[in-house]
Amino acid sequence: MNNLEYKLTFKDFNNFLRKNKLMGLQCKDCSKFTCPPKLVCHECGSTNLDSAILSGQGRIVTFTASYVTAQGREVEAPILVVMVELEEGPWIMGNLVGIDPDWASIESLIGKSVILAKTRILPADQYSGGKEVKDGIARPTFSLSNKG
Amino acid sequence: MRKVAILGVGHTPFSFLAEKTAVELLSEAAMEAVAHSNLKAVDIQAMFVGNVLGDFSEGQGMIQSYVADEIGAKNIPASRFEGACASGTMAIRDAFMWVASGFYDIVLAGGVDTVSKMGTSLATRTFAMFSDGHYEYPSGLTFPGAFGMLAHLYSAKYKVPLQKLKHQMALVSVQSHKYGQYNRLGQIHKAITIEDVLSSAMVTSPLQLYDCCPFSDGAAAIVLASEEIASKLMEKPVYIIGVGQASSGRFSSQKEYLPRLRAREISAKQAYDMAGIKPENIDLCELHDCFSIASIIAVESLGFAEFGHGGQLWETGEADRGGRIPINMSGGLKSKGHPIGATGASQVCDIVKQMRGLVEQERQVEDVRIGLTDTLGGDGIICNLVLQKGW
Repeated sequence: MNNLEYKLTFKDFNNFLRKNKLMGLQCKDCSKFTCPPKLVCHECGSTNLDSAILSGQGRIVTFTASYVTAQGREVEAPILVVMVELEEGPWIMGNLVGIDPDWASIESLIGKSVILAKTRILPADQYSGGKEVKDGIARPTFSLSNKG
Repeated sequence: MRKVAILGVGHTPFSFLAEKTAVELLSEAAMEAVAHSNLKAVDIQAMFVGNVLGDFSEGQGMIQSYVADEIGAKNIPASRFEGACASGTMAIRDAFMWVASGFYDIVLAGGVDTVSKMGTSLATRTFAMFSDGHYEYPSGLTFPGAFGMLAHLYSAKYKVPLQKLKHQMALVSVQSHKYGQYNRLGQIHKAITIEDVLSSAMVTSPLQLYDCCPFSDGAAAIVLASEEIASKLMEKPVYIIGVGQASSGRFSSQKEYLPRLRAREISAKQAYDMAGIKPENIDLCELHDCFSIASIIAVESLGFAEFGHGGQLWETGEADRGGRIPINMSGGLKSKGHPIGATGASQVCDIVKQMRGLVEQERQVEDVRIGLTDTLGGDGIICNLVLQKGW
């Protein structure tokens, strides 16, 4: 086995997430998780990694409701973007659905538990080429869970 | 290593929708810097240029090569630096190292961008390229969006109520406009109030329009030379006595360290250690206020305030002219403008002019001996320079 190649590429991560499975890496040396994937363990730098299915559960650490979007995404505004700390440890960027972005607040969101929801897809635009994105880029999508 | 001096500086007006090309803008800034160095363009041995989005804004790559030719520095090696909004400072840092090493004696460094020509929609798309394009941009992350997230995180982590933080952020913008209105090379010449900031349009919560710097076009350039050459050409050389640069992984990978940026702490320490100074020795700072919250976060990592207390610098007037550490007397990115590849060079130009007593009287700081610049590219390239008055 060649440890110098990606254990989990963007293409594979994307294909799994399109099917509602959040993949990450678990380090066989320090046992910690890396997500989104990198070539080495985010925590210790080891290349001794296994891919792993993550629970998709976590809590919101921060958010923003964006009213000005990039070219081609005007109809999406406002977009509720969240940073989630997964229960396995990594932080990941995603969207929160089921909440009106106008009412997003520190009190209503930060620290709240979330769970992976049905994945939303962003079609590749003229600046995001390659076979690995041709069917669209999966967006980690979360909803508030009843854990509070 | 040899001591490296800044000789002449050049700076075009920063504006919205410039009617000159990026090549023309940087050529003019470069020629001004060369002329004020008592040199001719043929004396320049190499060029180091920050240019980020020329490809998108004007369909023009390798600007640096054409600028060298435009000003008559024919066939010299010219290199382009791309580190998002830190590009201009990166170019200067590399130029510094080549002169310090003895490889070159006289070089030109600077930067240019004409981002307003793209319009808000494409500009927002291209600025978002300085976040992770595969793992983070798809969720709708924009460049202001990253700082909106940092503002909410800052409020929650340091237990600063959002209303209080928003007031501090508004004070940052108000001060930038207070001095930017006098900067004849700046983009916006208008004083604003806290109410103006808090009643402006929401861009990305909690950032409103007046928390955000504008899209800008412009160029800035400086000439660097060895101490020996500087002593023959210039009575008022400014020395670069410390440099720092550091990188970061994608935004989410910075995890629990946020809202602190580890890259800034590493880069600033490199620059301070090399210069043999501490933050309290800085007389004037030009820092990267792309968004109001960015200033509050920056002053903490640069060592001017305790973590979670950066906003107090604007509440107490410590960041004001005459305060303990005057910040962004140029108007900063917020009021002076932010043509991204030029910004780092623009900061250096303004501190050099402050030291030489050449800025508008309304924003002149007395007796600036040591200055600091700070630029942030994307979600984590930081570059810092420490400048020292050489007379």
